[in-house]
Amino acid sequence: MSLTSKRRVPKAGKVSSAPEERATFRNPVLPWLFLLPTFIILAIFLYYPALRTLRLSLFRSNIILGNESFVGLAQFAELLSSPVYHQVILQTLIYCALVIFLGLFSAMGLAWLASRPIAGAKFYRLMLIYPYALSPAIAGTIWLFLFNPEIGVVNSVLSSLVGVRPRWLDNPLLAFGLVVLAAVWKGLGYNVVFYLAALQNIPGEVSEAAAIDGASGWQSFWKVTFPLLSPMTFFLVFTNLVYALFDSFGLVDILTRGGPVYGQTGITTFLIYQLYEDGFRNFKTGVAATQAVLMLVMVGVITVMQFRYGNRRVHYGA
Amino acid sequence: MAPKAVSLPQTAKPRSSKPPIRHLWVHVVLIIAIIVIASPLVFALIKATQSSDQVIGPSLLPGTQFFHNLASVWGDAHLGRFMFNSFVVTICVTVGKTILSLLAALAFVYFRFPLKSVAFALVLFTLMLPTELLIVALFDLVSGTLKWSDSYAAIIVPFLASATGTFLFRQHFMNIPLSLADAARIDGCGPMTFLSKILIPMSWNTIGALAVIQFVGAWDQYLWPLVIMQSDDKQVVQVGLRRLIDVGGQTDWGAVMAGALITLVPPLLVFTLLQEQFSKGFALGQDK
Repeated sequence: MSLTSKRRVPKAGKVSSAPEERATFRNPVLPWLFLLPTFIILAIFLYYPALRTLRLSLFRSNIILGNESFVGLAQFAELLSSPVYHQVILQTLIYCALVIFLGLFSAMGLAWLASRPIAGAKFYRLMLIYPYALSPAIAGTIWLFLFNPEIGVVNSVLSSLVGVRPRWLDNPLLAFGLVVLAAVWKGLGYNVVFYLAALQNIPGEVSEAAAIDGASGWQSFWKVTFPLLSPMTFFLVFTNLVYALFDSFGLVDILTRGGPVYGQTGITTFLIYQLYEDGFRNFKTGVAATQAVLMLVMVGVITVMQFRYGNRRVHYGA
Repeated sequence: MAPKAVSLPQTAKPRSSKPPIRHLWVHVVLIIAIIVIASPLVFALIKATQSSDQVIGPSLLPGTQFFHNLASVWGDAHLGRFMFNSFVVTICVTVGKTILSLLAALAFVYFRFPLKSVAFALVLFTLMLPTELLIVALFDLVSGTLKWSDSYAAIIVPFLASATGTFLFRQHFMNIPLSLADAARIDGCGPMTFLSKILIPMSWNTIGALAVIQFVGAWDQYLWPLVIMQSDDKQVVQVGLRRLIDVGGQTDWGAVMAGALITLVPPLLVFTLLQEQFSKGFALGQDK
């Protein structure tokens, strides 16, 4: 009775857009009730601040003094012509590229080795993915001590072996490399987890077939496994890009505080650190908001690209 | 057909006799990698046990001062307080995000309603709005308008909604046969009963995977608490670590290492306990 009437309606109803295919329950109020808490939070703490940020970017303002004056796009023009900001953008890009390349390359290789049917594979996998639980702040704290020029163990070893004690955090190139390595170290567990999941989904017959055809381990990796992992690599490039852009903050803040100075500004002052410095140290609220808008555009482009070019296997695991 | 059937056993034989030698280098590389990856943590662990005299020397022999070091950061440097705050915040955020995402996914998968595509796009769009970028305006809102500075609400409430969670659950629900929902409805099951009696029991792997991500994510919060929490009273442990290093001019590194390691324990524990679900949740989530 009620069964037939309920059945009839969804069948007859027009299926217009993709996400509507699977409806079963019919109630005009309930779904909104279920979505309400999510939307309230999103509206107040995401959409509203986003609009406020857009507005703030057009005003020269100071959060301490509480003054503001409309300057239009002047702050955008200033930032985009500022040599300091150019350097920050450039070093952020180099940092991101290095973190992504080194991180994905090592994670893919290690996940591939650990996914092979060897004794103790389960132990190896666990030992490779537990660093996922590390935070950028912990990574920064431990590395700060490891590479302490006077009492750090790295310099103790180096001075007894080759008699040098580099000042790791005062030398721009060394400090930059250190932040990159710490970020790669911290991110490794995450990348290995996803590569292991992807490798698990590759049917065993594929590599077996390659082995039967006489492919060596190396060949079977490059010619078979590597291409099959490319959707996952694609996904990870984007999540790692976002990770490098934002999670670098905690690491940099503890390890180098944006320094040491090289050229126009500190060599490890990346975009998000610059935003924090301007917004909460120099209290140039308007300029910080302008940087936020520029970065939002960047993230928007990244996300759109991810949806455009990532295929269906992309999932939202970030 | 026939040649294939003949050649298979032949190739299978050398494969089974070869592995020990073939796999040796795999073990070597993996062991080296594990040692390299673990070495900073092992270093931290050793230094955390040394006395303040030993810790500034090159010695890498374990000491006996771990609990002494821990006690000194736990009480004197407020680490206990920071840890407690992080626990409260992380558990609230993890539980809240899971519940809200389950409800949202239920609405998106099992209901047909007007403006569904618009609602979906609104959630989707939030993936492009990282909170880190909104801190200036968010600070203004939370500390100015809402007056939430130095309260747990400031670092819990803004993070309760999760696009990631909604999408992960939605994807998982879409893999569950629709006939199940139909059957449940015919049996007189309401949506909430369907969710609690059927969907949730079928979703433990996904819930576990998401719980790990959200726990680790919430525990690792750094920038926002640093900005919004002025006093140490409600500060989280990640920012607390920075305070430990800052104390005076002379850093007590043994104590700091003990603090860093203790900070690592809760996410590691959650990760270890839910590791199976974590891996399965993603292996399954990837199917479609």
